[in-house]
This record gives sequence, C-alpha cells and structure tokens, in this order.
Amino acid sequence: MSASRPLPRWADIVLLPAINLFMAFLVSGLVVLMIGENPLEAITVIIYGAFGYGDGFGYTLYYATNFIFTGLAVAVAAHAGLFNIGGDGQAYVAGLGAIVVALALDQTHWLIAMPLAVLAAGAVGGFWAFVPGWLQAKRGSHVVITTIMFNFIAAALMVYMVNRVLKPATTMAPESETIDIGGRVPQLRQFFSFFGYSPVNLSIVIAVLALIGVYILVWHTKFGYAMRVLGKNPTASRYAGISNSRMIMITMTISGALAGMVAINEVMGVQNRLVLDYVAGAGFVGIAVALMGRNHPVGIALAALLFGALYQGGQELQFVIPAVTREMIVVIQALVILFTGAMEGLFRPALERSFMLFTPEQKAEAIAVSSAKTEG
Amino acid sequence: MKLTTFTKAIAGGVALSAMLTGAALADPAVIYDLGGKFDKSFNEAAYNGAEAWKAETGGNYLDLELQNDAQREQALRRFAGQGANPIVMAGFSWAAALDAVAPEFPDTNFVVIDTVVEQPNVQSIMFDEHTGSFLVGALAAMQSGSGKVGFIGGMDVPLIHRFYCGYAYGARAVNPEIGLTENYTGTTPAAWNDPVTAGELAKAQIDSGVDVIFAAAGGSGMGVLQAAKDAGKYSIGVDSNQNHLQPGSVLTSMLKRVDTAVHTAFLEAGDDATFKPGRIDLGLADGGVDYAVDDNNAALITDEMKAKVEELKAGVIAGTVEVHDYYTDNACPL
Repeated sequence: MSASRPLPRWADIVLLPAINLFMAFLVSGLVVLMIGENPLEAITVIIYGAFGYGDGFGYTLYYATNFIFTGLAVAVAAHAGLFNIGGDGQAYVAGLGAIVVALALDQTHWLIAMPLAVLAAGAVGGFWAFVPGWLQAKRGSHVVITTIMFNFIAAALMVYMVNRVLKPATTMAPESETIDIGGRVPQLRQFFSFFGYSPVNLSIVIAVLALIGVYILVWHTKFGYAMRVLGKNPTASRYAGISNSRMIMITMTISGALAGMVAINEVMGVQNRLVLDYVAGAGFVGIAVALMGRNHPVGIALAALLFGALYQGGQELQFVIPAVTREMIVVIQALVILFTGAMEGLFRPALERSFMLFTPEQKAEAIAVSSAKTEG
Repeated sequence: MKLTTFTKAIAGGVALSAMLTGAALADPAVIYDLGGKFDKSFNEAAYNGAEAWKAETGGNYLDLELQNDAQREQALRRFAGQGANPIVMAGFSWAAALDAVAPEFPDTNFVVIDTVVEQPNVQSIMFDEHTGSFLVGALAAMQSGSGKVGFIGGMDVPLIHRFYCGYAYGARAVNPEIGLTENYTGTTPAAWNDPVTAGELAKAQIDSGVDVIFAAAGGSGMGVLQAAKDAGKYSIGVDSNQNHLQPGSVLTSMLKRVDTAVHTAFLEAGDDATFKPGRIDLGLADGGVDYAVDDNNAALITDEMKAKVEELKAGVIAGTVEVHDYYTDNACPL
C-alpha cells in the first residue's frame, strides 16, 4: 500500500508545469513590486511584447528556434542517460562549419548553401560532442565534466579562429567576413511582411523537422529503443547485447549535431557573419528547456516558445519600463527556470495527495493512511 | 472647398502633432554594449558622460543594456522610431547593425564609438588607443627598476592588441632592451570582469620580475591593481582615471575619454547645425587619450619622467615619433 500514486498524465504534463509557471510569475511579480513598478503592467508588457505584434512574435520565434535545437540536444543525450552540458560549445564551433560553407557558396543560391551548411555545422558540432562521448565510452571520463570543459576549449578556439584566421584585415570588430546574399538563409519576413524586421528565418523549418525527427528516432526506431534501454539501465542494455560504448558515442554525436544547428539560425540567418559569442548562452537555456519539456519534442517546442517569449518580452519590458534593468529580467528568467526546473517537484506531493482525495476508490485509503499517521 | 479646408486643418494638425511629439521625444539615447552599464570601465564611462550631460542640462535621456547581438538592430529601430535623437552607441560590434538601420532613419543622427560606419547620418568616433598607451608604456619603462614591464589585457580581441602594441612601442622608445610580458585574462566576455584571474596573472608576472603592469582589462583590472599594490609594485589603470584606487601604487592611468565623447555627442549631435557626420579621431592633441597625473600619483611621476613623456607626446602629435597602429595590419612588429 503506497501513500501516493502517480499523477494522471494530463496533470503531470499540463497542470503541474502550469502551477510552477504561475508560481514563478507570482514571485517575479513580487520582485517587480519591490522596485516600485506595477507587476500586472509588467506581465502585460511581456505578453504583448512576445506575442502582441509581428516584430515581437518574430523575435520570440527566432529565440525559440535556438532553444529548440539546444533543448533537443540535451533531450536526446538524456534519453541515453547522458547529461550533455556542452551544447553551448558545440553550437559555437559549429559556426565554423556554417561560415566556411556559407562563404564558399555565397555566390550560388541558398538552396545549395543551406543544406550543405546544415551538414557542415552538424558535422563540426557533432564532432565536438563526439570527443567527450568517446572519452566517456572508452575512458570513463564523465561526460558532464568533459562537455563543460569543451565549452571553454571551444571559446578559446573560436577566439583564435575569428581574430586570427577569419577576420578580414579591414574590420576592427572580431568577426568574419559578411556572407553574400546567396549564402544567407531567407527570412520569413520576405514571405510574410507580418514579421516586420524580426530575424526569424527558415531555420525554424529545420527546427520543426528536427522535433519530428527526434520523436521518430527516440520512439519509433530500433536505435531509439536501444538508446532508451541504455538510459534506463546500462547493465540491462549490455546484457541485451547492445554495445553501450557505441551507443554513447553515436548519441553524443547526434546531440552535438542538433546543438550545431544553432549556427544555421545565427550565422546564416541572423548575423550573416561569424561573431564572437553568438550562442549567448542558448546551450544552457537548452538544459532548462529539455527539463521543462520532459525531454519530449512537444514539451520542448512549448518550453522553447516560453523561453523565447521571456527573452523577447524581457527586452520589451526594458523599453517600456526603464526601471526594470537587464539584471531584473535575468532574475525573472531565473525564477522560471527555478520553479519549472530545479523545484519542479515542489508541488508534486501536494498535487498527488489532492488527486487521491478526489478519486473515490483511493479516498478511503488516503483517509485511513492519514488517520493512521495521526494516531501513530 | 470645405473639404480642402478640412484636409488642410487635418494636415496642419498632423504636422503640429508631429512637431510636438518630435520636440517632446527628441531625447538623446545611449545604448551600452554587452558588458553592461556598470562595468567599471568602458560602458560605465559612457554612462558617466550621459549623467554629466543630465546634471548639466537637466534633460532626460534614454538608455538600454543589450543582452545579445540580435538585439542591436531591434534596439536601434526602437529608439529611432520613438524619435530619440541623437542615438549614441558604445562598442566595436555595432558596425553591421548600424549600417543596416541608419539609412532607414535619415533624420536621426547616430554616433558610434570605437568603430567606423560610413553613412551620411552617422558620426564615428575613434580613439587613438595606441598613442595613449604609448605614453604610459614610456612611463612604465622609466619607472621600472627591473627592466621588465607587463601588460594584462581583457578579452583577446584586436582592440586590446592595439593597446598592447602602443604600450610596447612606448616602453621600447625609452629602453630598447626592456623585457615585455603580455597576458590576456580570457577568451570569453567574462574576461572583462574577472579580477581574480587578472590578479593571478599579475602575480605570475611579478614573480617573473615584472615591476610595472598595464591593465587594459575593464573590470578585471581591479585585480591587477590590487596584486601590484600587495606586492609593492606598480600598476597602470585604463579608460578612466584609476589613480585613486590604489594611491601610491597606480603609476598613472591611460585615459580614454568615452565620457567626454558621449557628453559632447548629447550636446551637439541632436541638432543638425552642430552635428558632424563622418569619422572623428580623438587623440593626444585634443585630449581624447592621455595619461593621468593627479594628487595620488604626483609623487611617482618625477619631473624628469614628466619632461621625457611630454617630449614624446609632442613628438607623436607632430608626427616625428611613430607609433604602430595594430588596426592597420593586425600585427605588432616590435
């Protein structure tokens, strides 16, 4: 006889995140109140800024594109029981693959440049994750440690490459040459003027394809099954004849390649050149996105949209209410991560208990348990 | 006829309201770079300039801190659309965004610091970091007893190499045999605000015999100044006058008057009559860069040192002393 029972599925994937989100906004509201601003106005501004007009919505989608890629990267690795913290570094070095292809083919057409750049960025990003995967599989070096260290190696490598190799002598800023029109990913605003000047581009189509692809890979292929077995129990997978080390290396490569797609969005879609630190922490946001999305593509899409909205709405907030500083917006974003990620289980026990009370056949049992507790 | 009057009235009203909103909203705006408003260095200097303008004129200004690169164009369009004029940007990463946005708002004046954008409504302000660094390099070499001087940069970017190259030339101009040690705090933007690493690098340099260190590292420089003070050696501050931070240990500061530039831009660039588009180089001659002498370091800079450095300064201004500019060829041939 157990005191708790798993939540119904809808409550687990809809109600609980909603409660957590509500709590996060409630506490954020208190913070806004503390600096003497109206929290209701702030939330209205965030929502309007993120969804209310074409430009804003476009920015939300642009941020979400990045977060979908990095969220999927974390999720794929997580299904195999691996914690890939290196999405940032993998996305960063993948820029090398994207920029080389884009600059080489920028006199052709994006229909040629984009698929090849996807392959190149995926290959470089995948390689950057493959090495930690190989170290984990063959040497037992924990992938959490190695991927984080690879983020720093990536930063150093990119500074060298951008400053000393890719930078044309005439520019002062540390950035590569600008990609000509043929190497740029088309903007959605070219097709829908609704999006104004926002940088959302066709990379979002790749993001949607990646979501579908990951769903099929994880739940509808032999490989995905092997991956999940490895994640649930490495001993069992070994016993079942699955090569764990091979699985780890392949999974990490896929994970890195997914993170590498950020480069397509940023380098070819938005900046049209390689700049330093263009990833801007998207790799780390991906961890929160995957956690909140329960490593499921649908959840990841929604969580990515939420974080995209927070980024864009936060920017709007700075324009409309100047008293809200950049740090305040980070606080609000952090509270959302805290409540939906780290303290995700905070309300689970209470919710489970209340659900039991409302289920007739469990009600008597629950009363019996709680009275036994009070009597004991 | 009636209709025409009516249209005229409307047109007049629209024009009037446009003028009114224009007048009401023609506040200047400043946009800080990713380092953030209070970085104790470059961006904070821009902020100080804006505040000085506010204190002087009692006017109001708009400002914004960026969170990522994609927001550059967004922020520019937003402020320009609101009618802010002039819009001042601090940082070398603005070139591409401003080049795209400036033609969309021909009536708005833009001022960008540390990079050059060639548009009819953009003023580009460049500082001669290399000549300012040249003077503090000369002072460092004169002060050094060990014959070794050091340099600690922030993030490993061309701008900081420009500082280093000027510094190295200055030190060599005084003592061709001088030993030079060059270190960078890091390769990520965190390097601008990592006083611990910078302090450790300073200690390592001091252990190797260096006794004067120039810190061109933003907020990280605090660690260098502290380490030099603790070891009884000398440091050189950057951007604003940092002589007061460790009096007696900070030999001098390489001044880069971003604050004055922002202040001047706020005063002049909003009005087309006083706005001067194009590239403006601020150097030793106009005090855009300089070395700082005040009560805190007056005892350290002897008359002899001062005479020599003033001689070099006059030489640089006159063009008889050559200082290599890293930007010209991305190299520092010593």
